[in-house]
Amino acid sequence: MAKQINVFAQNQPGRLERMTEVLLEEGINIRAITISGAEEYGVVKLLVDEPRKAFEALQREGFSAYLKEVIAVVMDDRPGGLHRVCRVLGESGVNIEDAYGFVFQDRRTAILVVEVERLPEAEEILRGRGLELLSDEELYAL
Amino acid sequence: MEGEYWNAEMELLSREEIEALQLRRLRDTLERCERSPFYREWFAAAGFDPSRLRSMSDLRRLPCMDKTTLRGDDPRRFLTVPLDEVVRVHSSSGTTGQATVIFHTAADIEAWAQLVARCMYMTGVRRRDVFQNMMGYGLFTGGLGFHYAAERIGAMVIPAGSGNSKRQIQLMRDFHTTVVHIIPSYALYLLEVFAELGLDPRADTDLRIAFIGAEPHSEGLRKRVEEGYGVRAYNSYGLSEMCGPGVAFECPAQQGMHVWEDSFYLEVLDPETLEPVEAGEEGELVFTSLNREAMPLLRYRTRDLAFVYPGECACGRAHRRISRIKGRSDDMFIVKGVNIFPMQVEKVLLGVLGVGSNYQIVLDTVRSMDEMRVLVEVAGELWRGEVKELNELKRRITDELRQEILVTPRVELVEPGSLPAGEGKAVRVLDRREHAKGVGDG
Repeated sequence: MAKQINVFAQNQPGRLERMTEVLLEEGINIRAITISGAEEYGVVKLLVDEPRKAFEALQREGFSAYLKEVIAVVMDDRPGGLHRVCRVLGESGVNIEDAYGFVFQDRRTAILVVEVERLPEAEEILRGRGLELLSDEELYAL
Repeated sequence: MEGEYWNAEMELLSREEIEALQLRRLRDTLERCERSPFYREWFAAAGFDPSRLRSMSDLRRLPCMDKTTLRGDDPRRFLTVPLDEVVRVHSSSGTTGQATVIFHTAADIEAWAQLVARCMYMTGVRRRDVFQNMMGYGLFTGGLGFHYAAERIGAMVIPAGSGNSKRQIQLMRDFHTTVVHIIPSYALYLLEVFAELGLDPRADTDLRIAFIGAEPHSEGLRKRVEEGYGVRAYNSYGLSEMCGPGVAFECPAQQGMHVWEDSFYLEVLDPETLEPVEAGEEGELVFTSLNREAMPLLRYRTRDLAFVYPGECACGRAHRRISRIKGRSDDMFIVKGVNIFPMQVEKVLLGVLGVGSNYQIVLDTVRSMDEMRVLVEVAGELWRGEVKELNELKRRITDELRQEILVTPRVELVEPGSLPAGEGKAVRVLDRREHAKGVGDG
């Protein structure tokens, strides 16, 4: 099971700077980041090498953070890679709430991070269809 | 032996006895006032002859005073004693403008300490208690008023003053504090600090009583303080012009605050017409001091709106009870023609799960229209990490506010700890509109 940190942040200059400064002070390496915004606030989602440490540091510094379980699926970095994952989930009636992907430097492997509602069930389905899921350790060992 | 009353003689007066004592003390006060240059002129201008006072209602032949009256003259001209006899000066917090100055003789200070001691003792404070006073010391009356009173009772006082949250918690734990005096918005903020430190005040402290005053607050806020700390929280009312805290206080029945009518004569008046209102009806509290030497005040308008509870209190004290302060008549603001009190907003916010401990109302003029924004801190520990939760929270707050105040404010969710927290009085309303407030400044 992979973990992602969701951080509530006001949409104003300097908030991301402060957030990344906290992570820097803790020596945290960021694998991926996305920001979804409403009007005056947004949620920053971070995939990092030491999620628990990063989460605790952010909380200590007054950020509202939540350690969320997500699925990290390995995809082939070629046409149809993402489609395959989406088809499996779609056919099984699993709704994707949020997702983002990134590619590793070897240019062969890509990772799709998905947030779903019924997480254990979705994991079961993906594994059943021969897809590889990564744990925190595996994700950061890459 | 410990009794149930700090001053049984005064606390157990019957209505008739209270009224007889008030008339006696009012006569003494008026006689004293004639030594003050200000009052001699004030009486002459109103054609008021103190020696002809027959009943308390005769006092109504004098006009009311307010902050403007106090600011309009040299404070020394109010004195009924030579300046040499003044041992202390206090000054109002100045939340609504320039500060006002109040002088005290040694007897005034002692009478005040005795009044607050009466309040604290009534809620159960005794010699064995450890009292942490988390109010600002200095010109503000909240700190020293309780400090002296707790010492009179014989409790151990920790004069912690305001602010420095982690040290406050450390003091509570080191000295096994049982009673605190704290500003209500700060009490909520401090709960978050407890949580950050991984501590639960219910299990990790010996607290049993909290006095929450200096800021009008809702029943919901009291409940949060009582539940969060595992204490009984008592409301306190006072104003520096009448001495400070100790004017009115809740008894264990927690149904309104007893005004100590042996020391203060209370009128509840319609703020527009200045005619008295019936018990149970809301009006402005107007006080006359009955036991003050240096600087008595007659018919002083507080701007605080409340009502007197009809009927008797379960505790047996005949001193009348006032309700929570709904707001100050000069706190009220008008948005798009609708009268709104900050307390209405607070009441709604405290009823919504997911809302943190602080909020702020910001009024602006946008394209010559009023714009009301309500900034609300999110309770971080209840958030599960989703944007949609935040959007839902915002929609709920907006809906419920619209139902309560009849205008639709723009609700903005902000991070916990980003709004000014009450280390002093929290600034709840920031009016930046182009026109003046123009409300209730009669």
